[in-house]
Amino acid sequence: MTMAIVRSKDAAGIPRVKIAFLASVAAIILIMVGAIFAPMLISASPNLPLPDGMTIDGLPRPPSWALWFGTDNLGRSLLARVFYGARATLLVGIVSNSIAVVIGVLVGGLAGMLEGRAQAAVMRFVDLMLAFPALILAIAIASVIGPSLWNAALIIALSNWTWIARVAFTKTLTIKERNYITAARMLGASRWYLFRRHLLMHLAPIMLVWETLGIATTVQMSAALSFLGVGVQPPTPSWGNIIHDNQSYFTVAPWTVLIPGVFILVLSLSFNIVGEYLHERMEKLESRSRETGQDDADETRRGRLEELEHAG
Amino acid sequence: MTSHFPAFLARRLGQGVIVLIGVSIVTFLLLYVIPNDPASLIAGRAANADTIARINAQLGLNKPLWVRYLVYIEHLLHGNLGTSYIERTQVSHALLSRVPATLELVSGAIFWEVLIGVSLGIIGGIWRGRLPDRLAMGFAYVTVAAPQFVTGLIFLYVFGFKLGWLPLGGYGGLSYLLLPSLTLGLLNAAWHTRVVRSEVVREQGEPYVEAALARGVPRRTVILRHIVPGAILPVPTLVGLDFGYLMGGTVIIDQVFGWPGIGQYMWQGIQNTDVPVIMGVTMFAAFFVVLANIVADIVSYLIDPRIRVS
Repeated sequence: MTMAIVRSKDAAGIPRVKIAFLASVAAIILIMVGAIFAPMLISASPNLPLPDGMTIDGLPRPPSWALWFGTDNLGRSLLARVFYGARATLLVGIVSNSIAVVIGVLVGGLAGMLEGRAQAAVMRFVDLMLAFPALILAIAIASVIGPSLWNAALIIALSNWTWIARVAFTKTLTIKERNYITAARMLGASRWYLFRRHLLMHLAPIMLVWETLGIATTVQMSAALSFLGVGVQPPTPSWGNIIHDNQSYFTVAPWTVLIPGVFILVLSLSFNIVGEYLHERMEKLESRSRETGQDDADETRRGRLEELEHAG
Repeated sequence: MTSHFPAFLARRLGQGVIVLIGVSIVTFLLLYVIPNDPASLIAGRAANADTIARINAQLGLNKPLWVRYLVYIEHLLHGNLGTSYIERTQVSHALLSRVPATLELVSGAIFWEVLIGVSLGIIGGIWRGRLPDRLAMGFAYVTVAAPQFVTGLIFLYVFGFKLGWLPLGGYGGLSYLLLPSLTLGLLNAAWHTRVVRSEVVREQGEPYVEAALARGVPRRTVILRHIVPGAILPVPTLVGLDFGYLMGGTVIIDQVFGWPGIGQYMWQGIQNTDVPVIMGVTMFAAFFVVLANIVADIVSYLIDPRIRVS
């Protein structure tokens, strides 16, 4: 599922970094900075209605020079709510994805190291969890453990770890065949040691890719859960619940829904682009090193065969 | 080769049953093991220790876990998904009554996603690297990143409110179906685009394409008669899988467009923390995914000779 973002090379064979990648990185950094430094950057409070926040008819104010994003349905500064909301959305997105990657790598990696029945059993379990649509599962779990920011992170992690486990599993299988793993096993290394010492280091670069791509999905899920009312609870802002609160005002105050919506789109898109870019770079590195690795292996094998021939 | 089919079918169905059992266990654990207190919910304001104890006995909540699981399975096999806490109706009845609406929505979504996804995929594959490809892939990227509820609201605003062409949500004829199915289909179209595009690119590299072009067959014929049929082979499988997931994935669309489907039922369940409803829908959704996976596997086994040989 890769798109050739890095396609053009210059004369020296070094890929030219595409504008999309740089723009995405910039967008992510800007949003993160805005989220972290929100109190310092914005004077308005996200929870208190502004004194002139609503029009005479009790409607939100549209964006203007004074109020860059306008106000929301309760007269609160939308700019403040979006910036503070970035915290909740980003936090849930990043934390939940990190948990999902950890669970996925542990399950998938260990399954790769196992053999026969045990391995089949673990992968059957992963396939089983894949049968539950992520959002439905998330809502179901939320209904029993209650909605909150940290619960949302846990829930999204539990609904999203399965694809990582699958990919980690197939990756582990290919790594398992490598010479040094076989050598280590013959020297008596335990599976757990192999996993810790060798496998994790090999999975680390690809884990970064999964982390980035995964955040694109978890940010969206976090927004979806908040939109449905089972994520971050108001009055704490999150991009999803801002849209939820302002749904019915959409026809008269479209900016209240469009602005947080655009932010979700931009963040998700940026993480997607960055993730795909990293994925491509990594595949290029891998195919290059795989070629040289194979050549070396072949040569030593051939050398030893010749030795045996001539010695006898 | 066709003599292998019954064996394949039997094996696939067997796997499916095992997965369904697993699904029931997971759903059961979620429902009954994680601490919650349905008795208080049902008792409402009349709750005191006596009433709660009686409700617990009535619901069988004071029996050991494995007994409760067997009772649960027995109910399931009889098509009983429990009774809604709030409405006192059978979950299975309410659910089944909403299936037609969701089926309609999902079919519409599949129509859009195949139409848009496959065309963009073919365009992108044929004009690879050039502007149409960039546009197609850009579109795919954006539709994946756009949250469904936002696109839905935008469509409602533009086509329902501003232009007045289509109704502002609700259920009825085709005009009510168009926007929700389009919103739902748009998201999955990107997947089809990517798959079809890479298939087109792969087909272009096949020797027979070169041979046909060398023979002087016009490019358009080569594309239409040779490349496209080969490239869209995976599409039925994708559609099958999508169908499964979509049946359980309409919660947001139902909410935004006021569509009386399964998603809306789930939504009501969350609002009232009506656990049997939530779990019933979850179980149903997972069941559909398993079913769709089996069908998709069978269909791709039948269409694609390469799978049989492997």
